[in-house]
Amino acid sequence: MAEIIHSKKALAVNPLKVSQTIGASLAFLGLNRSLPLMHGSQGCTAFGKVFFVRHFREPIPLQTTAMDQVSSIMGADDNVIEALRTLSDKSKPDIIGLVTTGLSETQGTDIRRCVGDFRRAHPEFDHVAVVPVNTPDYVGCLESGYALAIEALIETLVPESACVGKRPKQVNVLASAMLTPGDIEAIKEWIEAFGLRPIVVPDIGDSLDGHLVEAETSSLTIGGTPRSEIEIMGESTATLVVGPSLHKAANILKTRTGVPDYRFDGLMGLEDCDDFTQALAEISGKPVPEKIERHRAQLQDAMVDSHFMIGFARVALAGDPDLVGMQVRFLTSMGAEIVSAVATHKHESLAGLPIAKVIVGDLEDMEKEARSNGAQLIVANSHAADTASRLGLPLLRAGFPQYDHVGGYARTWVGYRGTRQALFDLANLMLGQHHELAPYRSIYWADDRDGVSKQHVISSAAAGLVH
Amino acid sequence: MKASEIQALLDEPACTHNTKEKSGCAKPKPGATAGGCSFDGAQIALLPIADVAHIVHGPIACAGSSWDNRGTRSSGVTLYKIGMTTDLSETDVVMGRGEKRLFHAIKQAIDSYSPKAVFIYNTCVTALIGDDVGAVCKAATERWGTPVVPVDAAGFYGTKNLGNRLAGEAMFKHVIGAAEPAPVVPRADGLPTYDVNLIGEYNIAGEFWHVAPLFDELGLRILCTLSGDSRFHEVQTMHRAKVNMVVCAKALLNVARKMQDTYGQPFFEGSFYGVQDVSNALRDFARLIGDPDLIARTEAVIAREEAKAHAALEPWRARLKDKRVLLYTGGVKSWSIVSALQDLGMKVVATGTKKSTEEDKARIRELMGEDTKMIDDGSPKALLSTYHEYKADILIAGGRNLYTALKARIPFLDINQEREFGYAGYAGMSELARQLALSMESPVWAAVRKPAPWAKQSGPGTVLAA
Repeated sequence: MAEIIHSKKALAVNPLKVSQTIGASLAFLGLNRSLPLMHGSQGCTAFGKVFFVRHFREPIPLQTTAMDQVSSIMGADDNVIEALRTLSDKSKPDIIGLVTTGLSETQGTDIRRCVGDFRRAHPEFDHVAVVPVNTPDYVGCLESGYALAIEALIETLVPESACVGKRPKQVNVLASAMLTPGDIEAIKEWIEAFGLRPIVVPDIGDSLDGHLVEAETSSLTIGGTPRSEIEIMGESTATLVVGPSLHKAANILKTRTGVPDYRFDGLMGLEDCDDFTQALAEISGKPVPEKIERHRAQLQDAMVDSHFMIGFARVALAGDPDLVGMQVRFLTSMGAEIVSAVATHKHESLAGLPIAKVIVGDLEDMEKEARSNGAQLIVANSHAADTASRLGLPLLRAGFPQYDHVGGYARTWVGYRGTRQALFDLANLMLGQHHELAPYRSIYWADDRDGVSKQHVISSAAAGLVH
Repeated sequence: MKASEIQALLDEPACTHNTKEKSGCAKPKPGATAGGCSFDGAQIALLPIADVAHIVHGPIACAGSSWDNRGTRSSGVTLYKIGMTTDLSETDVVMGRGEKRLFHAIKQAIDSYSPKAVFIYNTCVTALIGDDVGAVCKAATERWGTPVVPVDAAGFYGTKNLGNRLAGEAMFKHVIGAAEPAPVVPRADGLPTYDVNLIGEYNIAGEFWHVAPLFDELGLRILCTLSGDSRFHEVQTMHRAKVNMVVCAKALLNVARKMQDTYGQPFFEGSFYGVQDVSNALRDFARLIGDPDLIARTEAVIAREEAKAHAALEPWRARLKDKRVLLYTGGVKSWSIVSALQDLGMKVVATGTKKSTEEDKARIRELMGEDTKMIDDGSPKALLSTYHEYKADILIAGGRNLYTALKARIPFLDINQEREFGYAGYAGMSELARQLALSMESPVWAAVRKPAPWAKQSGPGTVLAA
């Protein structure tokens, strides 16, 4: 059981946290022909765009209601309606994710009413789904905003129904913000190996995986979960929920549809992977395929190979709660020691982690703890690169954002193979900083014990000889 | 910030944009707006001051997704790279605890990092709930003896450009003129030293270090660069320079104009991109200082450096000559880059004029010829169709358009503030040439345009209906 400690500082230094608005936008970027619309000043969107572009190295569709001085004071409902109309008309999206910002929340806007006004004023755009989500940035973090968007999405687009299992091979997957496009791809292959057909919500593995398409440009997402698939989630046999942050969304889906769910805190490490595989075997009624057995055996082999390097390794890590939880459980399952765990936001799942404490704070908090506890390795986002260099430690990049590295978004962490690769990388980072013992030279040894070459080394430095 | 004060800033008399049919910046359209806000602009303008603690006062959004994303470099202290925000919580906002939290945050920054000054950036939420950032700064300065400067440029005040001006205004009002520069130590070579300022140069990727040695050689002491690789104390002494140069953009013109009015410092607009522009900038300094010997020495340095630059560029010129460029910067940054490209023998076939005045456009025609296409619409679709229509070989634009180009399988050069390469100065030209050639000559374009052996239909090139 972990104690959750709030950092008491007035000033957040080297922030770890990203706004809920960004998180909700990310969820909508995982839907097909979709477009997140931020209700705020234009800067909220511009920063969000740069944030995603640098992480995914992809063009990112994102729009703004462009609140200015007058509409910030006098009311910006017209901005919302105008933006919805313009986007529906020009871009013809299937889904618009209307997310709020600190500015519009502080102003006290009622976005549901705005959507109602839009519907009344523009019935010609009734076919465009608009999903309103309240995501003030003075609460929560990227992950919680993302979860709020999934909740709103289910409430808006999944009809209440009682047709569980009408499509016996279809399973829903609610995918946490901690999962990369590479992770989503791996999860889909995993499920498909059992003859099942996954509907992943949201599917950033299909929209943000980075692939060149024939179309040169699009103002909407290309790929991602289609709206038509979201609407038939009630006909699935089961729902697989990955990440504790999505429990509330899972409850909503279950209440609306009655589809039974299986919940997983993460999909890293032998135990997590076995639980998931076992669930797929139960749902499909099929034996575990040879290939997966083989991957499992490969992971076991990597575990024994790498336990020398990872055992007792002193790791400091920071991220959103789901990611911290998954990494902590994985690392401790390998015998590593977590000397600092910092999360952006308090989520009840953190309390169940097998470490003494989790700090809700920033990268400065992690840096201090890592220094005083003698960490050997950092697991965090790209912002921690400077932290790691001040500490003189290697950094394994995980979470948002990763802008100083290519391919962070494509990395697969989950599953037997993803876990195996993580073990290799962790082990190599530890090997890379292995310190040899300082040699002891006996007082009884002659000065020329090593013969000429040793003298050479010494004298070449002193006398400038060229060897 | 009062609406009238913002209007006054938008109404910059020294800005040529102001006298023509366009004034200030157009009102943003909901659902069809790109570009940063005033807060963004203020940070761009001031964050490079390296020994200052830059605190963003507001909830997490503003600092959370923006800190540590600028390409500016410091030659020493790197306090500016430490992200700081008051990260207001819901209770802070609802209960009005923002000011108190800010006050403590300033103390914490001073205690932990001993900054030379603290800058407080106001944001949308704190502006809307009415936190009196100015009063907190005043109280904190009095209490702890470290200058604490309010930068009131909340996002909803307007565009990035307005934010630049608001930031400049804050420096003029609170910082410039507060201290005297160190006396000049006589040079070993006996040459006189003249003090100058650069305004609007941000030392992206350290590019100004290509140019700085020439200033030293000529006896031009840069009292302060606002704000690349600068220090707080240097900003305080800016009023003592003999000449100010406004680099590249009109954004900080208000600072130069006010310094001219208040301290009688003449200024000129120039740029360090392209051989011709660097030479012109050095000439303008010498001319405004008016020392005949300096003028002569400047010409000698220019002749030497130009010869060196031309020799270094020769091998590149053969490869880049007659290549066609689509340049989209959305504004005035174009000038400097155009001259650089022409030095390389390249042809600018189209350029963005969204923020240009008629006068700007006349200058474009003069510089680039009558048949240069002017693009007002900066949407990816419009850029790409111009690119194809004018048979361009490369798109040069800000980072925002990087993936517009790459997804369309066309070469690209990034000229914005997030870039990783320095192009300024005579020496920067070789780097620019190298990056241009690197992208245009890359074998990947042919490879990714070729259909798979088993594919039947033609390659890419269609634009989605959306």
